[in-house]
This record gives sequence, structure tokens and C-alpha cells, in this order.
Amino acid sequence: MDNAVNPTYRLELSSSPHIHSRWTVKQSMWLVNLALLPSIISAVIFFGIFQLSILFTSVVFCLLTEAAIKYLRKRQITLMDGSAVITGLLLGLILPPNFSLVSTAIGAVVAIALGKEIFGGLGNNIFNPALVGRAFLQAAFPVGITTWHQPNYALDSVSSATPLAALKFDKVLTDITPMFWGNISGSLGETSALAVIIGGLFLIFIGVVNWRVPVSMIVGMLIFGSIFWIIDPVIYPSPFFQLLAGGFMFGTFFMATDWVSSPLTSRGMLIFGFLISFIVVIIRLFGGLPEGVMYAILLMNAFVPLINKYTSPKIFGAEK
Amino acid sequence: MRISEVFSLIEIIAMKKTFKGGVHPHEMKALTEKKAFEKMPAGKQVILPLSQHLGKSAVPIVKKGSIIKKGELIANGDGFISAPVHSPISGVVSKISQNPNLGGIYKDAVIIDVKEDEETDYLSALNPETITAEEIIERVKTAGIVGQGGAAFPTYVKLMPPKDKKIDLLIINGCECEPYLTRDYRFMIETPEKLIGGIKLIMKALGINKANIGIEDNKPEAIKKLNEKLSGQSEIEVKSLKTKYPQGAEKMLIKSITGKEVAPGKLPLDHGIVIQNIGTACSVYDAVVNGIPQIEAFMTVSGLGINEPKNLIVNVGTPINEILDYCGGVNEKAVKLVAGGPMMGVAQSDFNAPITKATSGLLVLTHEEAGDNEASNCLRCGKCVEACPLDLMPTKLARLTQLERFEEAEEAGILVCMECGTCTFQCPANIPLVQWIRLGKQSALKIKKEKQSA
Repeated sequence: MDNAVNPTYRLELSSSPHIHSRWTVKQSMWLVNLALLPSIISAVIFFGIFQLSILFTSVVFCLLTEAAIKYLRKRQITLMDGSAVITGLLLGLILPPNFSLVSTAIGAVVAIALGKEIFGGLGNNIFNPALVGRAFLQAAFPVGITTWHQPNYALDSVSSATPLAALKFDKVLTDITPMFWGNISGSLGETSALAVIIGGLFLIFIGVVNWRVPVSMIVGMLIFGSIFWIIDPVIYPSPFFQLLAGGFMFGTFFMATDWVSSPLTSRGMLIFGFLISFIVVIIRLFGGLPEGVMYAILLMNAFVPLINKYTSPKIFGAEK
Repeated sequence: MRISEVFSLIEIIAMKKTFKGGVHPHEMKALTEKKAFEKMPAGKQVILPLSQHLGKSAVPIVKKGSIIKKGELIANGDGFISAPVHSPISGVVSKISQNPNLGGIYKDAVIIDVKEDEETDYLSALNPETITAEEIIERVKTAGIVGQGGAAFPTYVKLMPPKDKKIDLLIINGCECEPYLTRDYRFMIETPEKLIGGIKLIMKALGINKANIGIEDNKPEAIKKLNEKLSGQSEIEVKSLKTKYPQGAEKMLIKSITGKEVAPGKLPLDHGIVIQNIGTACSVYDAVVNGIPQIEAFMTVSGLGINEPKNLIVNVGTPINEILDYCGGVNEKAVKLVAGGPMMGVAQSDFNAPITKATSGLLVLTHEEAGDNEASNCLRCGKCVEACPLDLMPTKLARLTQLERFEEAEEAGILVCMECGTCTFQCPANIPLVQWIRLGKQSALKIKKEKQSA
């Protein structure tokens, strides 16, 4: 009997499953970049075309840093996976308008080097790299990073406080409507809640972002914000103001939802988002800083391994 | 595909019958679902493996030169969990030798040269109205019937639950949640009377009067047809289930139909439930009413790599290459040959391997369908955790296996995994999660056994 395998076919052998969803990391990363487009457009509309130079600088230095470190560590250079571009865009979008390009470049180098590559690259980092870069800049250039500009003015625009700073230091409450559209003072991509929501809902709808983190953050903010607002509506802002102010919306949809630095489990995601909102409210209302989204997310990033450990799902049918 | 997740949320809220997790692969059933079963003529030879079932190999009772009639017994079952083998054709035993089985391992097989002969040697036909439970079980045993859902477990064993387990529900698995496969669908469309007759016999054997047929809602024709045939009787009920892989897994099916969760280490029996496949029920009917032992496999031959996808009735023991030739041959885009479905089937290396009683599909896949991407780091996106129908953490289990921390893996439930492949299917980093878990399970099981014997 002829036992030879028919030589005209070359068959692949592997164990099941033999089909795949075709979902890839690269595709997901570029979809996130696409989802940032509305925020980039809002930055240009409200703060001028020049702001693109900040984004450009940030992205280029993120890419260069990643390439250099991969090269030094003799690892495959994976710039096309889009993750360094995300970090660059995210960092640029949470910087103030007209921010120094030199400082931006430094922030980008820190974000990739200390935020991501030092842990071993994509997938191994504990903290959100863009927020690590932003936190470094906050410490290194405290004045530059809190110099805000009114929207709709060119390079020599007038300094102006953000709604949160105005509330904290001047006890002035900003109207909510322009905060939704983005016609206020603030970081480049953060001012327009509308642009952020468009991009964020897109990511949830196509399945890149799990709905649990944004939903629990928004619900958390509505609950914790409401508690203080009900206690004293004169001193404390409404939960809706809190939702739209500062980097909350941007953090909700683009920072806290980062795959790598957020929990694995469904329950963990809910707890993670909820606690971020709690910390944000505490920092905003009782801390020395007007805004707390960045620190809240970074702090909760550190708790992710612990959250994963204690929220592992109950095995189907098991009693626990 | 992602949009469907939104719908699945709505459906859970709307109390649609389903389970948590799962995925939606491209169904690919359109390739064959409209094609009626076609009997493939016998070739020159059949290769009958003595182990076509779970359990001990059958023991041959023929030798070289024995003249065999179609339907004749050629090997007896050995022990409790085993099944006899019958010849699907008339002919002469050419030899008994080691032959590659599906999966490429060499195992004993009886090879029979086909001789033209109309005569058959079937079992006696029995009257389904007057037959007793014991007679049904005996017939299912002597006809060599094994489960056609994938594991090929001897069917008669499942009809004899331990005395202390009270059975009250028979579930017939008509989900066919594996993509491509349409044979269960064709059974439901073409021979609903036979199917219902088989179900009634199984109910009689179990001494119960309640059965549910679980069918995914992507087969509305089958649901409609069976409901028509079943109108006016309350014993057998069709349950329309959400189309989602792995809806046809035992635990998922029980959860969707009854809401009960079968705990790790427990069996459907412990909840008073017996599950049988659609094809198995039809085989039971044929064995009892027509006296035909299980000598034919009903299968879907599909995939973009085969020229004429078909639903076929094939003699057990027919080599794969003859089946592929009968289906117009393989085109040049083919890269993979799979016996079974694309999610849990076994990739084949040898075109001469014979199909067995439980072969439900033969797929020839192209690069477009089965192409692989390089794996990257885990990004901890949680998609595998969300998709796992048994609520395990696949990425954690795979990682613990890589680190050879098998005891921790066991604590995390690695032995509960049913290897449905949902996690690997879903992973954006293309990590072979279930493959790692499979590896880890073996070591974890070994360690567990050593501990127990110590």
C-alpha cells in the first residue's frame, strides 16, 4: 500500500483551533490612533494649527526613543505596531497649548524609556506610558505645564485659567456648554468632551475598548460627584461639571482603558474605573492640585496586579 | 462581529437562552447547508481501525482471507468502555496491520478488499413499539454505536447511568456550533422522523419522558421542521438557542437550556441529564428499526480548499484521499486538512488515514481561512478572560504553563478547561493560549495523580 503523503500538497500541522478572529494588536493600535483624530481636530480648531508641532514632536521622539532602545537591546524594532504612535499622540494631547517643544521631546523620551521600554516593552509596562511622561513634565516644568491659553487665539494668546483651576483658586464656576464643545482653556485634546466621546464610543463599538472601564468611571464620577454636590452645592461643583472638566473624559476613554495597564477581569475593570473616579474627586475637591485624573490613573495602574489577583472570576459551576 | 457583542448584551437582558462568554466565528455553513446528503460509492478498500471510540480497542474476530459480508461483525468490544466494529462493505480481509489513524498515530486496523456483493449481514430488525429498555441498550451496544459529537464515547454506556443517579431529561445536541459543519442540520431537515424515532428510543432506554432538542437560532428551517413534526406532543421540545460558539459544549448547552451549571469534576448525570448528538440518535434508530450497525459516517466535506463541498454518507474506513477526490479534489490554495470542525478538529498529515464512525467533518482550509500570524507579548486586554465560557483566565493559565508552575495552574482551574479554543481564536496578540493550556494540563494532571497516590 502506498503510505506516502501525496507530494503535491504541503500541509500545515498544528493543534486546534485552526481559525482565528483575525483581530490583531497592530490593527487595534491603529484604530486607537484613528479614534484620536477627532481630538486632534478639536485641538487645531480651538488652539490653532501650530499645535500640531507639539503632537508631531511628541510622536517623533516616542518613535525615536523606542527604536533606539530596541536597537540597543538588540530586539526586533516594532514601530509599525502603532503603540509608540499612540503614546506620542496621547502625551501631546494632554499638554497645554503652545507648550515648549524641547520639553515635549523630553517628555516623549521619558514616556517611552521609563514608561514602557524599561519594563521590557509593550505588554510589560505597569503604568500608562503617556501619563508617566506627563507626570515627569509636571515635576520638571511646573510653570510651563500650568500655563494655559484661551482658545481661538493665535500664538500670543492671553493666559487663562482652566475651569478646574478657576474653580479651585478663584472660586469661579465655568459654564458647562462650552466645556462640552471644547471652547475653553485646557490641554490640547482634553477640552472638547464631544471629540473625546466620538472617538471613545467608536472604540467601544468596534470592541477595542471594553465598556466596563469608561462606564464604571462615569458612573463613579456621577455618584461621588453627586454626594458632595448634594452636601453643599455652593462649595462643590455639580457632577456634570466634574465629568466634563479637565482630563476626565479623555482619561476615561483613552488613558484608563489602555489594555496593558488596566485589569484583565470584568469585575476588576469595574472596580478600577470606580476607584479612579473616587480618587479624582478627592484630589479635585480636597487636594492641592486643581486636577487629579493623571495621578488617579497612575495610582490605580499600580493596583492592577492586586485587582487581578482578587477578582479572578469564579470558575463555571464552582462554588466559592 | 463586534456589533454582535452589543446585541449579545441586549439578548442577555432580553433573557435569550445562552451562556456567558463565547465568540462568533464566521459560520461558513453556506458552502454546504443547501446540499443534501449524498452516498459516496465504495472504493477498492476500507481500513477499519479497531479503536474508533473512547476506551479499549476492539478485538478482531476475523483473520487474513476471511470473507466478510456488509454489516458483519469483525471485532468485538473489549470491556465496559469499548465498542465493536462492523464492516461497511462485503469483501475479503487482506490483512490486519498497523495503519495511521486520524491524527497520524499508527494503530491496528483490519483492511478489507471490496468485493461486489449485494448480500448483507445486518442485525435483526426490532419493533420500536414493543422493544424494552434493556433490548434497546443491548442493541446500541452490539451495533457499535458511539457518540458523534466528537469524543466518540460508546453510546450504550451513557444509556446505563449508575442506579443512584436519577435521570429526568434527555438533551439532544443540535447546536452544531462548529463553523462549516452542516451534517446535523441536514439530519434535521432530511430525516426528522428518523431523528424523532431515535430520540424516543433513547428516552425509552433511559426510562424518562422528557427530551429537549437544542438548536442554534441560525438554523430556523430545522427549528421549524422539527416543531411541525413534533406538534401535538409535549414530551419532546425544541429549544432555540443563541448562535454562539461553543453553544454545543455539554456544559454550555445545559446552562442554556436548564440554567444549571455543571461543576468542575461533575457530569451531566449528576444533574439528571443525558446528552446525545443528533447523528447518534439517528444511528440508534437505524440500529433498532433497520438492524443496521454503525458502518457509515455522515460528514460535511467543506472549506475553500476543496473544489466541491458536500454533505456525504461515507463508509467507515474510507481513506481521506478518496473522499477528497470524490469532492472534486483539492485546489492549490489548500494549506490545512482538518478532521472535525475548525475550532476543535484535528489537523491531518496523512491522506491515507481512514475516517471513523465519529468523523463529522473533513475540512480543507486555505491560508485565507487558517493563516497564522506571529504571536506577540500578551497585552493583558482581557479578551480571553471575557470570552472563556468556563470563566477561566486563559492568559494566566498559559503563562503559568510557560513558567512550569503547574500546581498554581491547577489551583487556577487548568484541568477544568475543555479546550474549546475560544481564547486562542479571540487573542489579538495571536498567542496560542489553548495550546499552552493543553500542554500544562498534562503536567498538572500528572502532578495531581502523583500527589493522590503518594
